Amino acid sequence: MTEETQRGASARPVFKEDEHLPFWKRWMDTDIWHSYKKSPVIIIASIAFMLLILSAIFAPLISPYTPFDPGSLNLMNGFTEPMSKNDFTGDYFFLGTDDQGRDVFSTILFGLRISLFVGLAAVLFAMTLGVILGLISGYLGGWVDGVIMRVADIQMTFPSIMVAMLLYGVGKGLTPPDLRDEMALVVLIISIGLSEWVQFARTVRGATLVEREKEYVQAGHLIGLSKWAIMLRHILPNVTGPILVIATISLALAIIAEATLSFLGVGAPKTEPSLGTLINVGRQFILSGEWWILLFPSLTLLALALSVNLFGDWLRDVLNPKLR
Amino acid sequence: MSEEIVLTVEDLIVEFPTRKGILRPVDRVNFNIKKGEILGVVGESGAGKSMCGSAIVGLIDRPGRITGGEIRLQNERIDNISHERMRKIRGRRIGMVFQDPLTSLNPLMTVGEQIMETIRVHLKISEAEARQRAIAALEEVGIPAASSRVDAYPHQFSGGMRQRVVIALALAAEPELIIADEPTTALDVSVQAQIMALLKKLCHERGTAVMLITHDMGVIAETTDRVAVLYAGRLAEIGPTKDVLSNPSHPYTIGLMASTPSPTGSTERLSQIPGSMPNLRAIPQGCAFNQRCTKAISACFKHLPILEPVDKTDVACWLYDEAYKDEAAEQSKTQLKEGA
Amino acid sequence: MLAFVIRRVGEALLVLFIVALVSFAMFKFMGDPIQSMVGQEATLVDQEELRERLGLNDPFPVQYVAYLGRVLSGEFGISYRVGLPVEEIILDRLPATLELALLSGLIAISLGIFLGIYTAIRRDGFVAHFIMTTSLIGVSLPTFLIGVFLIWIFAVELNVLPSYGRGETLDVFGVPLSIFTLDGLKSMILPAVTLGLYQMTLIMRLVRSEMLEVLRTDFIRFARARGLSNKAINFRHALKNTLVPVITVTGLQLGSIIAFAIITETVFQWPGVGLLFINAVNVVDIPIMSTYLLLVAVIFVTINLIVDLLYFSIDPRLKVGGGSKGH
Repeated sequence: MTEETQRGASARPVFKEDEHLPFWKRWMDTDIWHSYKKSPVIIIASIAFMLLILSAIFAPLISPYTPFDPGSLNLMNGFTEPMSKNDFTGDYFFLGTDDQGRDVFSTILFGLRISLFVGLAAVLFAMTLGVILGLISGYLGGWVDGVIMRVADIQMTFPSIMVAMLLYGVGKGLTPPDLRDEMALVVLIISIGLSEWVQFARTVRGATLVEREKEYVQAGHLIGLSKWAIMLRHILPNVTGPILVIATISLALAIIAEATLSFLGVGAPKTEPSLGTLINVGRQFILSGEWWILLFPSLTLLALALSVNLFGDWLRDVLNPKLR
Repeated sequence: MSEEIVLTVEDLIVEFPTRKGILRPVDRVNFNIKKGEILGVVGESGAGKSMCGSAIVGLIDRPGRITGGEIRLQNERIDNISHERMRKIRGRRIGMVFQDPLTSLNPLMTVGEQIMETIRVHLKISEAEARQRAIAALEEVGIPAASSRVDAYPHQFSGGMRQRVVIALALAAEPELIIADEPTTALDVSVQAQIMALLKKLCHERGTAVMLITHDMGVIAETTDRVAVLYAGRLAEIGPTKDVLSNPSHPYTIGLMASTPSPTGSTERLSQIPGSMPNLRAIPQGCAFNQRCTKAISACFKHLPILEPVDKTDVACWLYDEAYKDEAAEQSKTQLKEGA
Repeated sequence: MLAFVIRRVGEALLVLFIVALVSFAMFKFMGDPIQSMVGQEATLVDQEELRERLGLNDPFPVQYVAYLGRVLSGEFGISYRVGLPVEEIILDRLPATLELALLSGLIAISLGIFLGIYTAIRRDGFVAHFIMTTSLIGVSLPTFLIGVFLIWIFAVELNVLPSYGRGETLDVFGVPLSIFTLDGLKSMILPAVTLGLYQMTLIMRLVRSEMLEVLRTDFIRFARARGLSNKAINFRHALKNTLVPVITVTGLQLGSIIAFAIITETVFQWPGVGLLFINAVNVVDIPIMSTYLLLVAVIFVTINLIVDLLYFSIDPRLKVGGGSKGH
């Protein structure tokens, strides 16, 4: 470098090349990791999401009360304000209690559990369905493709939350009346899942169309490999990025859809309340001043949806830098 | 041809900061263009040709910026002036023609609207007058039935016609300099020659200086007065077109000529330069061409060569430096022996 | 152009036909409406008579054709719960939903486009960053939560706006509307904001990303090279090109306002068709559910059709006689 500067030319900047590093070091050097490190909002969002997941998983261990066991409830504890004492046991009601004397903190933990469970299950269902339909559609083409994509087009013109609501109505109608409460969560998962599959299917179909024509698929077929096996091995890796982004955004949508349906009283049953149900219960008490029954479940839901949305938004930006 | 210099580029450096270091797509480039002269700028893609053009009109995409050198238009610096002043120069004093006429025009506005808009930004004239000028401009670039076509939308023109419209737009406010960035690359071969001839004719008539960016040696040979050869962001050689073409001095230019079919139709086999241009992230120390150069001597790996006159052109190569003459001669002798 | 319109209308009719099939299938296969209609004390004979009267014993295609015929003549069946013709109930509720949807749609589109342009042009500015971050909260905030919190703040704590109902209405050509009375307008503010906010955020984000996309195109670069002012580039060149794709999605957004009205109407007890639908789902009142489905399909299909036709007025490339020469 010093020699280069003679004859009056200014120094050229050096560019570091880094190969042959262990996997984790290369990962630490990717754009994703750097973008993650540089964005405090995303760090906070991901930590918040992890905390929410952990508290949902360990809800039975963390929560001080078992809120849905009628035996442990004491109506005399109803409407206790946050941070006040349980007159019977001397414990504190960290976030107060509701009309039935349930500990709000505990109900939130269990509600979070239901919300996350329904959300994740619905996205998983939508993803499986979407990937399979996308593969079939892209691979078979012809009228099968036509039918699937036509349905997708029609469904796309309706907002997913509305599709979920309509499907839930249909699903509820199809369930025998005496099973409706027990089946409510399953119907909820299926209807939300069915409302979210289109994006997955479209992405996978697009990738399949591109791959189908490539020579290795044709060649692999000649040597007797199953086309499906070849395609799964080659197409799925190509679409993991987009699918991840869609899944994250769908998760936020699914959580909101579930909360909305439950809030409207047509989702999770009263015996297994989700955050939406809790908020619906809570809003009945704002006129009378018991604000904590509404506020804390609402904040939890907001934190959940926001952290997932922030993460999804960021993920999309990182995996698709063109759109930044 | 007048000797009045329209554009001077001196030691121009353009840099892009990235996470892993600073990239330098343009590295100490020097040239000037005289009134009425057409300067060809050649090089492989990524050699910094277009970046030079963008730097001159102040349209480098962020986060890139000019970090060194000077650009002067008629002896007036334009690399460090305000955005607003630069805007008034763009279109008025420097016109641009881009590669793809399909995407250069706004699809939702008629070509007349786009020409009139350009004229009226720069000249204080009435709408009716601007319309007359727009029609005249279209006629000048050879659009038939210009007075009715002025109200047509870009998609109603063919590719070649669209590029004519783009040229009319670039010349609308009678600039002193036109920067044409690969103006014919996206066109049909049959139309390319027409467009080049048109550009050449119009600029000659008006005495407009032209910076013609291309990778097509044929276009260079037919159109330009002088040619600048860029390699990895640096100027390898610059000089009158006929001298550079017939008697190239820089090993890269020599290779470039050997890989281009000769216009005289000689049957000699075309050769190609081994290897490829280094990535901007991995430019070697010394001369950027040293990895591919068959004549490289020790100095080429240590020191950056600067432009020195050799014969009738200016060349950045150690082979012609007094201090290394002997080593260069030695080198070519051994190579001859090995070849024998 | 005519061929295009005919094709579009054909597609729209196909969608409606399919939705009608779904909505009929709901009738046919879901639960036993008789059970939910009659009281405990009804005899089997009573039930059978009712079944016959409602045409529930005919074969499927006969029932579907009969259903289509009834639908086309404006008969949608009788609500299991209320016992009144569905079309009457819905027509009675529709004005409330429409006026709410229109007001919030207006808020959403005007503010959404304005803010979208602003955040695209000043994309590195502090205010733009702030708006974008806030908008993400807006997207994450479920509609019902916005409504509940608006009620809490403006109706309970500040006590300046009503928390439910339509307020005073004024009959315009026999249709009761809230928007023309002060009390009614006050009642509309909170629901309209609730309904519009989410759509506004979506429109804003869409306009922003489309505009950024357009600002990266060659012709914008060329426009800069021609020395046009930023104002001309942003508003004359970029904005119009942005609006072409934005119109489609905005049209769909308007459709989803109808959908989200279900939530808003429930929160504010706004007596529109959305509230009607939710109550119908709760009691599995299938005639109302299926008619609502049809109604929504008609609204969506109409909006889509209008959006497609709007394209023509904006994009010259689609006009008749254009685009014949060279491509």
